[in-house]
Amino acid sequence: MCLGIPGEVLSIEQNAAGIAMGKVRFGGVVREVCLAYVPNVQVGDYVIVHAGFALSILNEEEAKEVFEMLEQISALAEASPGDDT
Amino acid sequence: MRFVDEFRREADAQKLVRAIERLVTRPWTIMEICGGQTHNLIKFGIDRLLPPSITLVHGPGCPVCVTPLELIDKAIRIAQQPHVIFTSFGDMLRVPGSTSDLLSARAQGADVRMVYSPLDALALSQKYPDREVVFFAVGFETTAPGNAMAVWQARQLGLRNFSILCAHVLVPPAMQAILASSDNRIQAFLAAGHVCTVMGTREYEPIAEQYRIPIVVTGFEPLDLLQGLYIALRALEEGRWGVEIQYTRSVTRDGNVAAQQLMHQVFEMCDRQWRGIGLIPASGYCLRSSWAEFDAERRFDLSGVSTQESSICIAGQILQGLKKPPQCPAFGIQCTPEHPLGAPMVSSEGACAAYYQYGQPG
Amino acid sequence: MIDLQCPIPISDYPVVTLAHGGGGRLSQMLIERMFVPTFSNTALEALHDGAILELNGTRLAFSTDSFTVSPLFFPGGDIGSLAVHGTVNDLAMCGARPLALSAGFILEEGFPMEDLWRILLSMQRAAAEVGVPVVTGDTKVVERGKGDGLFINTTGLGIVLPSAHIAPQRAAPGDVVLINGPIAEHGIAIMSQREGLAFETDLVSDSAPLVDLVMRLLEVGGEHVHVLRDPTRGGVASALNEIAAKARVGIRLDEERIPVADAVRGACEILGLDPLYVANEGKCIVIVAPEVADRVLEIIRAHPQGGQATLIGEVVQEHPGKVFMRSRIGGLRVVDMLSGEQLPRIC
Repeated sequence: MCLGIPGEVLSIEQNAAGIAMGKVRFGGVVREVCLAYVPNVQVGDYVIVHAGFALSILNEEEAKEVFEMLEQISALAEASPGDDT
Repeated sequence: MRFVDEFRREADAQKLVRAIERLVTRPWTIMEICGGQTHNLIKFGIDRLLPPSITLVHGPGCPVCVTPLELIDKAIRIAQQPHVIFTSFGDMLRVPGSTSDLLSARAQGADVRMVYSPLDALALSQKYPDREVVFFAVGFETTAPGNAMAVWQARQLGLRNFSILCAHVLVPPAMQAILASSDNRIQAFLAAGHVCTVMGTREYEPIAEQYRIPIVVTGFEPLDLLQGLYIALRALEEGRWGVEIQYTRSVTRDGNVAAQQLMHQVFEMCDRQWRGIGLIPASGYCLRSSWAEFDAERRFDLSGVSTQESSICIAGQILQGLKKPPQCPAFGIQCTPEHPLGAPMVSSEGACAAYYQYGQPG
Repeated sequence: MIDLQCPIPISDYPVVTLAHGGGGRLSQMLIERMFVPTFSNTALEALHDGAILELNGTRLAFSTDSFTVSPLFFPGGDIGSLAVHGTVNDLAMCGARPLALSAGFILEEGFPMEDLWRILLSMQRAAAEVGVPVVTGDTKVVERGKGDGLFINTTGLGIVLPSAHIAPQRAAPGDVVLINGPIAEHGIAIMSQREGLAFETDLVSDSAPLVDLVMRLLEVGGEHVHVLRDPTRGGVASALNEIAAKARVGIRLDEERIPVADAVRGACEILGLDPLYVANEGKCIVIVAPEVADRVLEIIRAHPQGGQATLIGEVVQEHPGKVFMRSRIGGLRVVDMLSGEQLPRIC
């Protein structure tokens, strides 16, 4: 099940069972999310949330990589103009 | 929305489409095993943007679709008990069992409720201590950490009225089953980004090695999907195989260790029937016996639940990518989203529903 | 003579399900195959938001709507204001100025009198805002457990402007499709209150009267305004599909141009919902001939209910009966009719 969306962590606290929970913002809505699986998370981080659980802290450096690779691909194309015939 | 919108820009998408067109010199067949990826490929029209030499096959990545018929029948039986509040993700409610589905059961009086998270089900069991709350734990490895946590918290809180009906399925055994089949034409896989966020990528390495195929762990946004396809095609064109990660902003080789640890405490691997495919050994999770009191299958009397597959529905062949939905004789006629014969027509990420809804334009 | 054998596949649907009220295919089936043929008459068969009746050369619009919303009080309104807005809007969609409303109440035993009072005041305010009196009504009380608190039915009568010639069949290739503001706000505002799906947001329902907006745009557009429709249950997608089918035209939308508020986007992303299928209560789809499009858009934008109005698509000759959308990244996909209820996706 894959519907995981990145959201911004606004606050972190503990619930009655001692589990880390937080408020996470997605666009214009805020939802409570379980942060137990991202123990190093900090306020301001972006997390990937699925069904109420944060599964990873979004790596912002890596996010940029997608666009760097895109640049490389485009540069390659210009260097050797495609044989689109 | 940050980290979403940037991955949906048209100019960038078109750059990747051009790059793919220039790259490809022969026909290739690629499968994704992830309902979310299937949904987005069709929703954004990516399948129509690719050159015709690329065949995209939609694999059994919709856990709603592959949940065994028997478990749906059991779910309905449990939901029909008067003291039960049966909770589930939205998609499962319409999936047909042998004779009925959960929504119909609700229409007939069962207390069936949709929730967004297993923690919502847990909250219900705290709110209604004299009712039995059951959560339908469907999903690939992505939902398992959440379900493990719900069960673990239930024990912490001393709850006696919470249980899960466990239907977890695992991706690697499915991938192997497809590759091992004599009919197999899949030359590369896009692996599910959130499954691998949890599990890491190590278990795919021996598969890539054994079958000499590229496996690219891919995200869900249009740019991710196009980039994942590009990476897979590049490997195919260059004759390389192995695991590569496209979705590096969320996936690492080791995955989420904390999640894996709790999952390991609560679940063990077991054989699982995949609807329309059959038994795949060691392809599911079940609750360990030390957690038996949270296992709905053991808590409720489910003897006498007898299961019967539809004789017309070819879901199995669809799920394995052997046929496309329009090739099914019942597609759009006896089998529609309003009156589905099988799961892939019901679940919004099932191949049949996706074809029906998004269609082939023009 | 009517053949009284039930035309819907009763063996498939022995009981009514929620999907039959969802505004999508199943609702359509119930109405078109069971209700319409049974009552069979021209006014009904037009199947617009209201019926048009002729009386001594004057056209009257007649519309009814029932309100079962839960929770009764939600961000941006309540069942009372919704009940008034809903019916006056249906009249407006016929090009009519509302004349009078009726209000029928089905109350459940045990319903708090204070809540009833709040709702009545809300209705009174909403009606006064539009200048429409509630002239008659009815009240019933049912036993505890049989009524979900309160159901309201409102019925309205209006006078169709002489310049108005609105009908779904008038949509023609070349027409443009406009909407007066961001979509899916009502449905998401309601969903934010539901147990099990709750999330925090300052999103409020867009429930509002559209009478004045419609009167203004009809002044400018006159008979070049071909179709008006308020996309309630089933959302913009279902409404456009119905229009495309009735007019036997195709409709092409541009995803990039469809206005969606951040809060709605966020909620739809996390729940896996498509805003095109979510209910609106203060929105109006306007399909006009291209020669008046700019002026009509301008007049809508100048109106408080239309500040973010925009062009979202066009009517085409191709693929009659079907709605297509150009995706954000340049791909093309079908925007189908909603089949049952839209359920939040998990994947």
